[in-house]
Order: sequence, then structure tokens, then C-alpha cells
Amino acid sequence: MSAVIESNHDDHHHGPAKGFSRWLYTTNHKDIGSMYLWFSLIMLFIGGAMAMVIRAELFEPGSQIVSPEFYNQMVTNHGLIMVFGVIMPAFVGFANWMIPMQIGAPDMALPRLNNLSFWILPAAFGILLSTFFMEGGAPNFGWTFYAPLSTEYAPPTVTFFIFSVHIMGASSIMGSINIITTILNMRAPGMTLMKMPLFVWSWFITAYLLIAVMPVLAGAVTMMLMDIHFGTSFFKAAGGGDPVLFQHIFWFFGHPEVYIMILPAFGIVSHIIETFSRKPIFGYSSMVYAIASIALLSFVVWAHHMFTVGMPIAGELFFMYSTMLIAIPTGVKVFNWLSTMFKGSLTFETPMLFSIAFVALFTIGGLSGIMLAIAPADFQYHDTYFVVAHFHYVLVPGALFSLLAGAYYWLPKWTGHMYDETLGKTHFWMSFISVNLTFFPMHFVGLAGMPRRIPDYSMQFADWNMMVSVGAFLFGLSQLLFLFIVIKCVLNGKKATAEVWEGAKGFEWTVDSPPPYHTFSSPPSMETLKA
Amino acid sequence: MKINLKSILTIILGIFAPLSFSAWSDINMEPGATQLSQEIFGLHMFVFYVCLVIGVIVLAAMAFILFQYRRKEGVKPAEFDDSKTLELTWTILFALILIGLSIPATKVMIKAYDDTEGEINILITGHQWKWQYEYIEDEVGFFSNLSTSLDKRNNLAPKDENYLLEVDEPLIIPVNTRIRFLITANDVIHSWWVPDFAIKQDAIPGFVNTGWTYVSEPGVFRGQCTELCGQYHGYMPIVVKAVSPEEYASFIIGKKEAKIQQALLTEKLWEKSELVTIGEDIYQKNCVACHQVSGAGLPPIFPALVGSDIVLNGKERQIEILMEGVQGAAMASYAEQLTEVEIAAVITYTRQAWGNDEAGDGRIVLPKEILDYKNNKL
Amino acid sequence: MSTDSSYYVPASSKLPLAMAFGLLLFVLGSGYTINNLGNEDSNAHWLLFTSFAIIWGTMFFWFGSVIKENDSGMYSDQLNQSFVWGMAWFIFSEVMFFFAFFLALGYVRLFAVPWLGGEGEKGITNILWPAFEATWPLLETPDNELFPGADHSMAMPAFNKLHTWLPFWNTLCLVTSSGTIALAESALKKGNRTFFKLWMVATLTLGYVFVFLQGFEYYEAYTHLGLTLGSGIYGTTFFLMTGFHGFHVCLGAIILTIVTIRGFGGAFSDHDHFGLAAGSWYWHFVDVVWILLVLVVYVF
Ligand code: HEA
Ligand code: HEA
Ligand code: HEC
Ligand code: CUA
Ligand SMILES: [Cu+2]
Repeated sequence: MSAVIESNHDDHHHGPAKGFSRWLYTTNHKDIGSMYLWFSLIMLFIGGAMAMVIRAELFEPGSQIVSPEFYNQMVTNHGLIMVFGVIMPAFVGFANWMIPMQIGAPDMALPRLNNLSFWILPAAFGILLSTFFMEGGAPNFGWTFYAPLSTEYAPPTVTFFIFSVHIMGASSIMGSINIITTILNMRAPGMTLMKMPLFVWSWFITAYLLIAVMPVLAGAVTMMLMDIHFGTSFFKAAGGGDPVLFQHIFWFFGHPEVYIMILPAFGIVSHIIETFSRKPIFGYSSMVYAIASIALLSFVVWAHHMFTVGMPIAGELFFMYSTMLIAIPTGVKVFNWLSTMFKGSLTFETPMLFSIAFVALFTIGGLSGIMLAIAPADFQYHDTYFVVAHFHYVLVPGALFSLLAGAYYWLPKWTGHMYDETLGKTHFWMSFISVNLTFFPMHFVGLAGMPRRIPDYSMQFADWNMMVSVGAFLFGLSQLLFLFIVIKCVLNGKKATAEVWEGAKGFEWTVDSPPPYHTFSSPPSMETLKA
Repeated sequence: MKINLKSILTIILGIFAPLSFSAWSDINMEPGATQLSQEIFGLHMFVFYVCLVIGVIVLAAMAFILFQYRRKEGVKPAEFDDSKTLELTWTILFALILIGLSIPATKVMIKAYDDTEGEINILITGHQWKWQYEYIEDEVGFFSNLSTSLDKRNNLAPKDENYLLEVDEPLIIPVNTRIRFLITANDVIHSWWVPDFAIKQDAIPGFVNTGWTYVSEPGVFRGQCTELCGQYHGYMPIVVKAVSPEEYASFIIGKKEAKIQQALLTEKLWEKSELVTIGEDIYQKNCVACHQVSGAGLPPIFPALVGSDIVLNGKERQIEILMEGVQGAAMASYAEQLTEVEIAAVITYTRQAWGNDEAGDGRIVLPKEILDYKNNKL
Repeated sequence: MSTDSSYYVPASSKLPLAMAFGLLLFVLGSGYTINNLGNEDSNAHWLLFTSFAIIWGTMFFWFGSVIKENDSGMYSDQLNQSFVWGMAWFIFSEVMFFFAFFLALGYVRLFAVPWLGGEGEKGITNILWPAFEATWPLLETPDNELFPGADHSMAMPAFNKLHTWLPFWNTLCLVTSSGTIALAESALKKGNRTFFKLWMVATLTLGYVFVFLQGFEYYEAYTHLGLTLGSGIYGTTFFLMTGFHGFHVCLGAIILTIVTIRGFGGAFSDHDHFGLAAGSWYWHFVDVVWILLVLVVYVF
């Protein structure tokens, strides 16, 4: 608890502590950012391994390698881990690394809280994973945990699941408070809101989404806990409650949640496209307004996940229209990215390749989202693989690709070493081909009528499923290559320059690679930025 | 690899090559058997083509830009970063497209929600993991279970066309009749989906949802439960058979007669061996999912019936469990699903099988006792 | 926006890790405790108590070091501004937590209960519960055997009996205490420490009276009114909403107690009293939630 005033002496930078305790006790945004990133990479392999089990079971019709019960546990934990353990922490890791550097701040506003936000995650996921070894097995009710399957009919481990979600939520809320405070309070002089880098903007808005909806999720799991153990009847018709109430509360959280997983991606991709087009981003202010409108709209579309629960028709129509509206701001973003590239001077380094694939494949995922939004048609799509195809297109070549793009883009800055460009490109092409091989045929089987969350299926879906599985194994292998590239880069990549990319703009490129432990002990001036 | 149009095209074609080998119905929705399902299919195709066009425009524009504006010696990038007119144009364009989509969607929606009463009303109840159908006007009903054998599921026997999509007793409906389904559930949420009718309605415990259909041609229509409802969610198919009104009438008469027959059977004096034979059959259909063929269960959640105290010596308690179910556990009441004879038989079977007759009191249960239990409760 | 260059970045600290460890034990402890409710042999609650000890202990040291750092002048105005934003958005997230419960109550009253009772667009549901009628407060549940409804509700009684109606006194307490804490703050700003302490004690007293009355109301509900957590959705929403509010009042009262004790010990000055300010915002937030609660839970 020793308190040291460091930033009063401009010339003195105390470096990181030695040994393991550096990571345990750190208050440095870069250390914490790295821990978030490593954590999510590890979770990607765990969640990915579960996806491999799913795909192996679905390789052929008939029972293959796991029991139906274990299959459900795999699907549930795959979804939970990918959403809460991979995509979200990875974006928080980017936020930790980049926001202070991009706004010219010495660190995050509340550094100790920052470390707490991180260390909660290993605790929460450690417990979640340990439920596999407890009596009754891990949660098996889908990542959406609809009552009463997740209450009266759940395995006893649901109690641990509930409390894990509570502390995960606490972690996200503290992280978001930190991010908002940092952005509001620590910008370099002259950096007005409308001069902030787009990644900062996207996280600023995402953080608001998080503090608005994570508490609602906490409320939902609290109600579950009471229903399971204390005799209340929120979700039991016999006492005057309603199982559908759970879904309303869950999706009030859940829909904003899916945008939490894509808005920071928009930010990252905007920077990369701008850099490798060697041209300023097209329509900066409409990009900002688009993110804000997507965020606002996301609060009033939740029931598009519930078109088949038997809502009154007014509800069906309202949620159909409001959902369709989201295409407008999202379309603005897509077209602005294209216009940024238009008449640019494009080069195709690995980050750019991933970003281009992001724009193309996210658009496919977004368009299938529009099809899902058409309520009467959703009667046929709902809970089939068409939905699975939709959300993997926006999540894997969407969110995950943006993370890979961002990782390649900033790795040289973070580590001071260049990654191997040839390997990077190989990784891209392998991922690009196999991701489509995996997720595109899911549209077909979905439309042909294959329900989701089933461990076995009828004969007509056999061919495509085999292809999906092959694609999935390839995609999994490709990610092993990524791991190798990162380790190689950290250990013995070529030395990177401060600027790294010739077209790059922003405070982060004005400092060394790797940047000093405390980047800006006095705020940089806006003058140092390239126009 | 260098990107150019040719390599991109090759890849895309490569990915979709298998398309040419598969039937259209393997990759798209089918129009279905009712007017509503055909309209929804039309809506689906309309939205799909609109999205396809948008997608192709975006991707083609992108391919063009990537090709045209890749870095070239001596060509400077442009510097513009804004164009309000352009942005306004495409914003309005998007809005117009969306309005174009929402009008037909609204029309179909209103039609799908038309909820006037049917000529025949059928109450559908989802159970873990089977469907129950009751013809409300005629007061007859039955359960419908998956009939695909375990051998097929475990790859010990060849699978056929209707693998996992066949049931012991399909729902029978007459053609050219407006039929209304009242859909609910007994335990967790299920969802009743028959693609050919374009009906997918969640079955919510304690609440009733409705759907309706009007089929004009006889036929067999298959569907599945589409809401995760526990471990055998993938194994509760739906089969609906549309028949001529005459056939339907005789089906209902048959059901009614069977009901009377059943009442007579309950009074009959049964032999142990008769009960065991029926009981084994019932057990295979209803109980193996949890208690397993061997009776060993899947502890700790699903208790073993072999050597269970209740099965060995607690006849009264066992009747009670079968009739009432166990609160808070997966063990449901079978009072509605099985007839008195069947319940008596399955209890008798569990008390005789797997050496339980030696280890316990081995008492049999007569259908009459189940009837008495029911009457005492009233 | 950053203006001066001395933003204090604390050196590495063991506190966050200790807190995370406390939370880990908390999850395990409450999980095992709740799963073993009614099992005499279980020791799980000790795990839970340990976690509380760690969490509270860490908080004690954490706030202690923040106070020490502040007292030794390490904090700039900019950093204090960070605390202000932090607290403000924390309270916002708490508002959203309550929002979930208000949403639940609204849904149940507007949709679920009428549908179960045969009214509205999905009134056909009533075929499953033919004997059930929709009323609010809901004293007869759809399955009155499983969830025996309460004998009496807590709703607003006839006006002439206002003085025997506990929520009235509770509202009085809480609203007054919101005023007294504002008075305490302004007294402190004027440098009048005596009045500051006096008003703080008054606030605390009112807060504790509220908690006591609320406890008494629960006792009445369970012993005389037959209103329990198990009496269907009315009891469920009643206890959960007032309960979580009460829990937040307790938290607020603890914060204010500490603030008061520190005040008696000479802490806070007329311009530097963030602890008090944050506590008082929290208290106002609790007050606002209560007023909404009274409206939807007791009056309408
Ligand atoms: C990153 C995550 C993410 C994102 C960004 C989206 C984006 C969208 N989603 Fe998706 N969605 C999920 C993640 C996501 N979704 C998940 C995880 C589920 C399943 C949850 C579960 O059940 O487990 C789901 C499910 C889901 C459903 C429920 C389906 C069902 O269960 O029956 C629906 C229905 O409306 C839907 C719609 C949309 C729409 C309209 C968008 C829009 O935002 C898309 C907007 C984008 C575009 C439209 C493309 C670009 C625009 C243009 C090129 C302009 C021109 C276009 C037009 C004018 C149309 N989504
Ligand atoms: C951000 C989110 C995210 C991501 C990245 C993924 C990634 C993947 N998902 Fe995920 N998925 C979800 C979110 C996500 N998913 C959600 C929310 C659900 C719904 C859950 C529910 O219904 O409740 C779901 C459901 C889901 C299903 C449906 C299951 C069902 O309904 O029955 C399937 C089926 O194929 C699937 C497959 C995959 C595959 C193959 C990947 C691949 O991209 C994974 C990539 C793999 C790796 C990165 C692994 C790394 C490599 C190794 C571990 C080495 C081993 C390698 C070999 C053996 C080759 N997912
Ligand atoms: C959905 C799963 C499921 C099905 C199907 C099922 N049971 Fe059970 N059964 C259970 C569970 C779970 C219990 C444990 C209940 C408890 O907690 O005491 C149980 C308990 C029992 C017991 C008491 C055993 C003991 O020692 O406690 C008997 C007897 C029994 N079941 C018989 C049957 C019969 C006969 C059938 C078929 C007609 C059947 N069950 C179908 C899940 C099921
Ligand atoms: Cu029943 Cu899924
Ligand atoms: Cu959504």
C-alpha cells in the first residue's frame, strides 16, 4: 500500500516491478491490458475446444462422441465463454491498452479498480469451469438460460453459475465506469469529444451500454436465485408470474450485449481502414452518430428474439420495425468504410486483410439479421441453424476478425517487435476460407429446417454438416497458427519503429515501440498529431 | 497470395461447388402445405432477394475499390473526408428499402395472427420429451413419442429417411377444415414447429399460445421441438397426418371406443405375466430416457430403480410417485399420460425386473388399485 | 480535460487481488451455502463468512489508503473529478438494477396476471386456470395450493387510518433524512461543524428508524398477514423490491455511519469532503427509489 508520487517528476519513470508480483499487483493500464488479452486468448482456446466437440458430435448423424446431456453443457459453455470470456475481455484489453494512449493520458482514471476488474474474471470463469466436475454437471440450459429450464429443472450447479454471473457483471460495470471516467476526465488538452479517435468513441458508447444493461442481467439472475431457492414465483405461472418475463429481462440485457460485442470492433476497423487507405476516414461525425444511434436503438429491439413466444401483435410489429431501423446507421458505417477506401492508396497488410474481410462478412451477417427481423419469416427461421449462421457471421468474421486485425495492427506497438507478415497472411487466408466453409452452409441447413441445440439430426442435413465440421476443424487449426505468430513476435520479431505503419495517425504512434511504462506523464499536445 | 478478382472468384466458386450436387430443398425453405406457409415463403424469398441484391452491390463495389485503388507508383490518395449529400442520399435510400420490406411483412403478420376459433380445437401440451394431443370437442387424446430405435441412434442399425422424425402415434387432422391449436407445456418451455404449416409457437408452461392451419391436400408433415428443453430436446419430433374428413371421423370414433375399452380392462383380474409384458413395453417407451434400460439410472440425478428401496418394498409410495410425480425433480406425474392398466403394468414390471423380485417383496399392482388411488383422491 | 501534469497513479497494490480473492470465496461460499440450505452438517457458511471478512477488511484498507493519500495531498482536482464521475455512474448502474425489478412488476401487472385471469389478448390462458381471477394485489394465486396467497395486502388503507400505515412513517423518515443530510452538508460547507455533526446524527437516526420499521413490517407480514416470499407474485415483488431497497438503505446507513464517525474524528473540511458528498448522493438515490416504490408497490 505504499503510495508513491511518481508523476510529479517528469524525468523519473519507475518501471514495472520484477517477477510475478508485477502482474498480480499491477496498476498499470498496459500490464492489465495484456492480462486481459492473454486471458481472452486462453478462453478462446477453451471455448473453441468446446466448439470442436460440438462439431465432432455433429460430424455425422447418430450419436458420436458425447451424450446429449454433455452436448448441452458444451453448447451452453461454448456460448457463455465466447461471449463473456473471449470477446468482451478482449475488447476491454484493447481499451486498457489503447484508450490512455490514444487520448494522451498517463493511465486509466482509477488504476486499482482496473486491476480488480481484471482479477475477478479468472475467479468467475474458474468457478464456471469447475462446475463440470461438480455433482449434476455444468450449466446445460443454453447461454440464454431460459426459465424454467434454468430454475426448477436446472442442475444444482446453477447456483454457482448465478453468482459467477454476478461478479462478472461487477467486473464489467467497474471496467466501464473506469473507461467512462478516463475518457471524460483525462483527455489531453485540446482533444474535444469530436476530435477523439473513433476507437475511443466506440468504447465510450459501449461502456454506457454496459453500465446500463449489466445490472439488468444481475437482476435477472437474482430473480432466478430467488425462484430456485426461496420460493418466489417470478417465472412460475402457478404463482402469477410468467416464464416469458425472464426472456424479456434477459433480452433487455442480451440485445445491447450483442452490440457491446460489435461497437468496439467498428472502432478498431475504422482506424485500420483509414491507415491502409492512406486517406482520412470518410464522414467522421456520421460515424460517431451512427454508433450512438445503434446504441440507443439497441434498447428498444429486444423482443426480436422472442417473435415466437406469442406476443400480442402490436408487440410483434413494433419490435420488427425498430429492429429494421438498425440497418440504417449500420449501413452508413459500411458505406463510409467503402468511401474511405475509395480513391485511396490501398495496401494489404494482415490487419487490413482482416478488416476488409470484416466489412464484407459482417455485411452478410447483418443482412441475414434483417431477414430474421421480418417477424412472420422469423417464425420459420427462429431457433434453426439460420440463426446460428447469422450470429456467427457477425461474431466470428465480425467481432473475432476485428480483434485479430487489431492485434496485428497494434502488436508491433505493444511488443516493440514486428510479427511475421508471411505467416500473418497465411493465417488470414486460412481463416478466411475456413470461416466461410464453416458458417456459410449453416444458412442452408437452417433454411432446410435443422433446429439448433440438438446433438443429432435427420439424414437430409448430413452432407452440409460434415462440410461445416471440416471447416470448423480447419478454422481451429488456423487459430493455433495465430498463437504461434504471437509468441514468435513477442520472442524474436524484428524491431519495430515508433510509427510502424506509414499511414497511421494518433498519439499512440508518436511514442516508441514499445511505449514507456507510463506513456504520457505530461499530456501531449495536439500539435504532435499528423493532420 | 496476391489478391485479384480471379483468385477471389475461384475461392467463392470452390466453396459453393457442392451446391450443384444438392437438392434445392436441402438449401432453402419449402413453400409448405398451407396458404399461410406459402405466403410466408413468398415473403422470405422477397426479403432474401432484396438482401441478395444489397449484398452483391456492396461486395461488388468493394471488389472494384480493392482492385482499382490498390497502391500504384506515383498515384496520390485523394483527401476528401466528407460528403453530406452522399451520406444523406444513402440514408434515405436505406429507409425506403426498409419501408418496402415492412409493408408486405406487416400484411402477412396480420394474417398469421388471425385468431378466430377453429372448427376443431386441439390442445397441444409439451412434456419432457414428448407431445400430448387432446381433441377438445371430442374429449379424446394421446401422447406422441419418438419411435426411432436406440440402435439406429447408436449407429448399430442403418438409418432411414425419417431418422429422428418418426413417432409412435401421429397427430391426425382432417383436410379442408380450419384447425386451431392451443399450445402449452407441462414442465419447461418447448416449441411446436411444423415447417409445412409455418407454425412455430412456443409452448409455455402455465400459458396458452395459439396457432391455426387449414390444409387442403392429405399428406404427412414432419417437424421438431425447437426450444431447448433439456437433454432429449433433439428427440421430440412432431408428425401430423392430414386425412379426409371421413377417415378423421372414424379415427375419432376409434379413439372413443378405445377409451371405453380401457375402462373395462381396468376391472379385469390380471395375471402377473400379462402385466410384466405390457409393463416392459411401457417402460421402454417412457422411462428409459432417465432410468435407462438396465434400470440403473444416471445417478445422482436420475436414481437407479434396481435395488431402490421404494421399488423393492414401498409399493404405496411408488404408486404415489407415478401418480403425482416428484416436485422439483424431473420425475413427472404419469397419471394423465398412461392409463390405469399401463401404470399398474409398469410398476409391476419394475418390481419384477432386474432381480428386484428376489431382493424385495415382489408384489404386483393391479389396475384396480390405481383406479382406487384416483377415486380416493377425488 | 487534463490540465495539470500531476495525475496520481498509485504504485502496485495488493488490495485488488485480495478483493478478487474475497469475491472468489464469496461465490463459492454462497453457492455451497445456498445449495446446502437445511443441511445441518454443512460448514459452507463459514466459507461465506470468511469471504465477508476478506471483502470488508479489504475495503477498510482500501478506503483507508485512499483517505491517507488524499490527506497527504497527492490528489489533484482532476483526480477528485474522477471520483465524482465514478460515483455518479456507479449510482446510475444501481438505478438500472432496480429498473429490472420495476420492469418485472410492470410486466406482471399489465400482462401476465390479466392473461392468467382471462383478460386481454391472451386471456385464453385462463382455460388452464379456470378458477383464477385477475386482481391486484393478488391474494388468490392461480394455484393456491402451491402458492397460498396472502391474507392481507400492504396496499394503501382507507385514508383516515394513515397513521397506522407503516409506509407512511417510512416515507416520512426517508424524505426527512434526505433533507437533514443536505443540511449537514451545507453546515459543513459553512464551516459549522457542530451543526454538521448534529444533522448527521439526525440523518442516521432516521435511517435506522426506517430500517427498524421495515423489519417490523416484514415481521407483521410473516406473522399476521400471511404474506411471505411464497405467496405468489404479489409477495414475490413486494419482498424483493422493498427488500433490495432496504438492503441499499442498510448500505447507505453503513456508509453514513462511517462518514459520521470520521466527522466526529475531525475529518472533512469545507472544501474537501468527497466521502460525505458521495454518501449523500447515495442516500438521495435511495430516497428517490423509495418514492417510486411507494407509488407502485403500496399505493397503485
Ligand atoms: C455482434 C453481434 C450481433 C450483431 C451486430 C447483430 C446484428 C443484427 N441482428 Fe443479430 N443476433 C446475434 C448477434 C448479433 N446480431 C446473436 C448472438 C443472436 C442469437 C442469440 C441467441 O438466440 O442465442 C442474434 C439473433 C438475432 C435475431 C433473433 C433471431 C431468432 O432467434 O429468431 C434477430 C431478429 O431480428 C437478429 C437481428 C439482427 C439485426 C437486424 C442486426 C443488425 O444490427 C444488422 C445491421 C447490418 C446490416 C443490415 C448490414 C449492413 C447494412 C447495409 C449494407 C445497408 C443496407 C441494408 C438494408 C437497407 C437492409 N439477430
Ligand atoms: C463470440 C462468440 C463465438 C465464437 C467466436 C464462436 C465460434 C465458433 N462456434 Fe459458436 N456459438 C456462440 C458464439 C460463438 N461461437 C454462441 C453465443 C452460441 C449459442 C450457444 C447456445 O445455443 O446457447 C454458439 C453456438 C454454436 C453452435 C451451435 C450449437 C447448437 O446449437 O447445437 C455451433 C455449431 O457448430 C458453433 C460452432 C462454432 C465454431 C466451429 C466456432 C469456431 O469459430 C471456433 C474456433 C475454434 C477455435 C478458436 C479453437 C482453437 C483451436 C484449438 C482448441 C485446437 C484444437 C483444434 C483442432 C482439434 C482442429 N457455435
Ligand atoms: C424425465 C426423467 C424421468 C422419466 C422419464 C422417468 N423418471 Fe422416474 N425419476 C426421475 C427422477 C429425477 C427421480 C428422482 C426423484 C427424486 O428426487 O426423488 C425419479 C424417481 C423415480 C422413482 C423413485 C426411485 C427412488 O428410489 O427414489 C421411481 C420408482 C420411478 N422414478 C419410476 C419411474 C417410472 C416407472 C417411469 C416411467 C413410467 C419413470 N420413472 C420415468 C426421472 C424420470
Ligand atoms: Cu421440447 Cu425441445
Ligand atoms: Cu438482438
